[in-house]
Amino acid sequence: MSTGLNDNEIISQVLNGNQQAYAVLVNRHQNYVFTLSLRMVKSREDAEEVAQDVFIKAYKYLADFRGSSKFTTWLYTIVNNTCISFLRKKKLEIHSLDNEKVFELADNHDSGMRANLVEQKSRIGMVNNAISLLNPADAEVVTLFYQAEQSLEEMAQILGIEVNAAKVRLHRARARLKEKMETHFKEEVRNLN
Amino acid sequence: MDTQQNNEERLWNYIDGSVSAEEKKVIEQLLESDAAWKIKYKELLEVNELIKSTDLEVPSLRFTKNVMEEISKLHIAPATKSYINNKIIWGIGFFFIALFVGFLIYGLGQMDWTSGTESNITKNINKIDFSKFFNNTLVNVFMMINVVLGLFLLDNYLSNKRKSFRKEA
Repeated sequence: MSTGLNDNEIISQVLNGNQQAYAVLVNRHQNYVFTLSLRMVKSREDAEEVAQDVFIKAYKYLADFRGSSKFTTWLYTIVNNTCISFLRKKKLEIHSLDNEKVFELADNHDSGMRANLVEQKSRIGMVNNAISLLNPADAEVVTLFYQAEQSLEEMAQILGIEVNAAKVRLHRARARLKEKMETHFKEEVRNLN
Repeated sequence: MDTQQNNEERLWNYIDGSVSAEEKKVIEQLLESDAAWKIKYKELLEVNELIKSTDLEVPSLRFTKNVMEEISKLHIAPATKSYINNKIIWGIGFFFIALFVGFLIYGLGQMDWTSGTESNITKNINKIDFSKFFNNTLVNVFMMINVVLGLFLLDNYLSNKRKSFRKEA
């Protein structure tokens, strides 16, 4: 199949009628899209639904992708919009980075899951758990920058904000993540040093 | 506190590699000479490495199959560009500009330029009898509709521009 091709070449194939080639794009990017969705919506079932919706929307509007930016940047814009719509529907308050209420809401989110999370001692597990305690907006920027490897300029495009604003969001998100790790995973952090 | 936050931001920028060559030099000097900066840098670098080390989450095994099943029922929508004709938008814009210019010429044509002896335009403006061309309700309503349509067109144009920018992203 078209596995050796780059994203833009696969997109050309799909646009020329080879629908099956789209499976390569889905396979290639599903983990990124799912991780980003999961970190925003905080539940695996919802994240799976959102991630599927993202790929369906991306397929439907594939002709609008002009290739002037990376396919992933365009795709993550859809993830961002779909997650925001989903969270709005779920009536969750999101986005205001200064809104402590949101922060607490995420903090108190799914205490049952938290109990399990605290038990996980691994280094990776600890960071993943700390990220899951962040509010959706903070978790999104951290994931975009570190896991999805988007530059500040690309992040600004995805989030529809200025580059400097993206930079500030990232700084704040990292500061909060550090605080979360120090507060909730004190022992693990100590063991790392 | 602010200075501490500012220093932390500077260090994050340094770690991300988003600082100028000059700033990079300053920070490197500070890291060499200032123990507090060195400690903070080490701390942030560790956090940076920790975040980098996280794994991606994996969706269910049926994920791709589910997506492919869904899209098999769909068709790719035509590109937005293909059904938005820019010529029509430009035509509407030109119509409003022409209308505005027409009204302006008509208004200026109604003015009695010989009545005043002062050459100062600002003083002459006071002498314009606006009631001459705004005394008809129909004309006023027509003008109002034009203004609203003009604003609508401008709003539409700006939102299209924003959408196309985001789509490109």
